Amino acid sequence: MNLVRSLFRPILTFAADNKLAALGGLIVLLFVITGVFAEQLAPTDPNRVSVRNSLAPPGSPGFPLGADNNGRDILSRIIFGARVSLYISSVAVGIAGLIGVTLGIVAAWYRWTRGPIMRLMDVLLAFPGIVVALTIIAILGRGVENVIIAIAIYQIPQFARLAHGLALSIQEQTYVEAAVAGGESDAAILTRYVLPNIIAPIIVQISLLIPGAIMIAAGLSFIGLGVPPPTAEWGAMLQLSMTWGRMAPHMTIFPGLALMLVVFGFNVLGDGLRDALDPRLRGRS
Amino acid sequence: MLRYIIKRILIGIPILFLVITTVFFAFRLIPGDAARILAGDEAPIERVEQIRTELGLDRPVLVQYGAYLAGIARGDLGVSFSSRRPVAVEIGTRFGNTFSLALAAIGLATLVGIVLGVISALFRGKLADHVVTVIALLGISVPVFWLGLLMMQLFSVELGWLPAAGHGTWRHFIMPTITLSVFSIAFITRMTRSSLLETIAQDYVRTARAKGVRERLVLLLHSLRNALLPVTIVVGLRFGYMVGGAVITEEVFAWPGLGRLLILAVGQRDIPLVQGLLLVFATSFVVVNLLVDVLYAFLDPRIRHR
Repeated sequence: MNLVRSLFRPILTFAADNKLAALGGLIVLLFVITGVFAEQLAPTDPNRVSVRNSLAPPGSPGFPLGADNNGRDILSRIIFGARVSLYISSVAVGIAGLIGVTLGIVAAWYRWTRGPIMRLMDVLLAFPGIVVALTIIAILGRGVENVIIAIAIYQIPQFARLAHGLALSIQEQTYVEAAVAGGESDAAILTRYVLPNIIAPIIVQISLLIPGAIMIAAGLSFIGLGVPPPTAEWGAMLQLSMTWGRMAPHMTIFPGLALMLVVFGFNVLGDGLRDALDPRLRGRS
Repeated sequence: MLRYIIKRILIGIPILFLVITTVFFAFRLIPGDAARILAGDEAPIERVEQIRTELGLDRPVLVQYGAYLAGIARGDLGVSFSSRRPVAVEIGTRFGNTFSLALAAIGLATLVGIVLGVISALFRGKLADHVVTVIALLGISVPVFWLGLLMMQLFSVELGWLPAAGHGTWRHFIMPTITLSVFSIAFITRMTRSSLLETIAQDYVRTARAKGVRERLVLLLHSLRNALLPVTIVVGLRFGYMVGGAVITEEVFAWPGLGRLLILAVGQRDIPLVQGLLLVFATSFVVVNLLVDVLYAFLDPRIRHR
């Protein structure tokens, strides 16, 4: 009981302090649950075609949010689409974080690596995310794995730059100097002293980059270069609605609403976490 | 000032060189054979070899790289695999369309963003501030293609007020401009608000207040000019990205610009065209950043003397 209380008290305090961020956290939680338990939550198979029910309006029996041109249930497709978004964004941001943070810390610690690493990051940062992602797709081809790699590569510099700046200031600290004087290995210093002290802003960065990853993934599918059909994916659903939307507006409205809600949730959660971790920034955004 | 400008140009050139080099070698890592992809799966081996020779893909990579660099120096970006026309021509005919759209969008974003940001800071903590904050949050969360589709269905299909796609008249500009600017509006709004609130806390504003200048006047005359300095950076950064970042907006509204060309080029794996487009995007980003830095130094003497 005490453990539970001590675990939940900071969360509750945070939620009471920042109601918008709490709302964001709730949306994110619902998104994760929806993605993980898609089979249990979806009323039907997202790929079940039923020509008879083509373009059925919302509220039709068995189709709470209507059906698409193939008579597939929009609600089920949105629910399974959450799984695809969750999978792509979490793996992509995870990879980007791992590689980006490593590069940033290494570039800060070993002076001679700084030039090459950070210049390469500058090259990537000279392009908008969607352009980097499209270029990677041009090189690797389509498919879920390649979408993940494309997004990871676009986000690596975002992590590297942040980690580099943070690591530079941490390694000036006395406790790092002490560790160096004590003869500890570089690996030990970086993982035991530098990394734990920069982890908080990196967690904030993760919550602010996941919506970017979700948006790019949906954007790639929207232009037909992302997750291949018939996989239920929000961007791909919206692409389909370009043809059918004028007859069935529900094909446009609901997938986009789901996408916006999730991105909004991550954004306000990330903002709230940033304010909570760095009170100096409070009220700035 | 001149020294500062020259210094900034000297920083920009190596970045472009690095972009060219990175992109060139990244495309040489492609698994598979460009000539085979181009010829199609059924093409006979002679045809594949013919394409390989035509495009110079049979030469050593470093020779190809040298030829590519020499070409760029002459303004020759190679020949598009799919259309067989020079890449420079393909890009040249569409650049104006993307540039005009980006210019319209950044203009709109700057105007609306600064106005909303000032309102938000002026009424800090009041209803207007909360409304603007929520608008800005929605602005950075809304998927641009969804917004575009919704506007299209409302204003073109239902109401018939605006053309749904294509370009030509000013009416074609309205929806793509709004779509492309929404994210930047939200971004500039937040930046203006926070920068203004920070400036208000400074000493010289307190002095103005102490002298008895009226509150609103303090804000507008004494704070806004300085508060907008960091905003110019954000505006420049957003504009630098817009030339390449209009991809999705252009796709929604069938806008004949560079973004759609990129989608086409990626879909057909038209490597010279993709390379050329990336070079143009990176160049606009570097040039815009250079201009912004110069403008900033012009506006803020502290920068150019550092």
